[in-house]
Amino acid sequence: MDLLERFAAGDLEAFEVLFRQHQQHVYAWIVRIVRDSGTAEDLTVETFWRIYRSRARFDPKASFGAWAYRIATNAALDHLRKSRRETELPLDLAADPRPDPAVQRETRYRIRKAFAKLPAKYRLVATLALIEDEPHNRIADAAGISVSLVKVRLFRAVRMLRKQLSSLGVQGAKT
Amino acid sequence: MNPHDDNELRELLKPSIAPMNDTELHRDLWPQMLQRLRQQHSIRVPWFDWALAAVAAATVILFPGVIPALLYHL
Repeated sequence: MDLLERFAAGDLEAFEVLFRQHQQHVYAWIVRIVRDSGTAEDLTVETFWRIYRSRARFDPKASFGAWAYRIATNAALDHLRKSRRETELPLDLAADPRPDPAVQRETRYRIRKAFAKLPAKYRLVATLALIEDEPHNRIADAAGISVSLVKVRLFRAVRMLRKQLSSLGVQGAKT
Repeated sequence: MNPHDDNELRELLKPSIAPMNDTELHRDLWPQMLQRLRQQHSIRVPWFDWALAAVAAATVILFPGVIPALLYHL
C-alpha cells in the first residue's frame, strides 16, 4: 500500500509524512492570500484538519498537492469572508496633488481600505492576480473554478476598485 | 478587460499592498496539528449528547412503559 492509499485509509503516520511534505507549500499559498503569518499558520493547520477529516473522499490516484491547494484556498476564502471589514470609507476626502508623505500615506491607507472592502471571492482573485502576479490558470485550479470565471471576477474586482478609489479621489484610478 | 488598464491598476496597488516576499514557514506546524487532532477527537461527543443519552436511558429504566411509545415514534 503506498503513502496516499495509507493516508486515505486513515493511517496517521502517512498523514504526518504528507503534512511535512506539503506544509510549506500550503502555508506559502495561504500567506499570500491572507497576508499575515500568524493567520496563515492557523489556516495551514485548519487546511490539514479539513484534509484529514475528508481523507475517505480522497482518490489516492489523484494529486494530493492539487487537492491540498484547493482546500487551502477554500479555508483562506472562509477567513476573508469572516474578516471582511464592513466599515464605510470616508467619502469626503478629496484628492491632493501635493507630493506630501502624509498625503501619500493617506492614499495608501485609502487603497488598502478599498481593497479590504472587496467581497471575499473578488479579493481572493484580485490579490493573487494583481498583487502576487499568479497566472489565471493557477488561480482557477486552486479556487476550483474556470479560467473564464477568474477573468470575470478579476474584471469585476478591478471595476469595483476603480469606482471606489475614484470616488475617494485617488489619482490614477480612472473608471 | 484592457491589459493596459490592468497593469495601470497593478502599479497603483503595489506601493500600498506589496507582494509577500517572506513566504517561508519558520516553524514546524506538526505539533499544532497533533494538538488539533487530539482536541477534535476528545470532543467528538459533546457533553450535552452524553447528558441526553443518560436522561433517555434513565427514562427507559424508570418508566419501561414508554418503550412501546418510543418504538412507535422511531
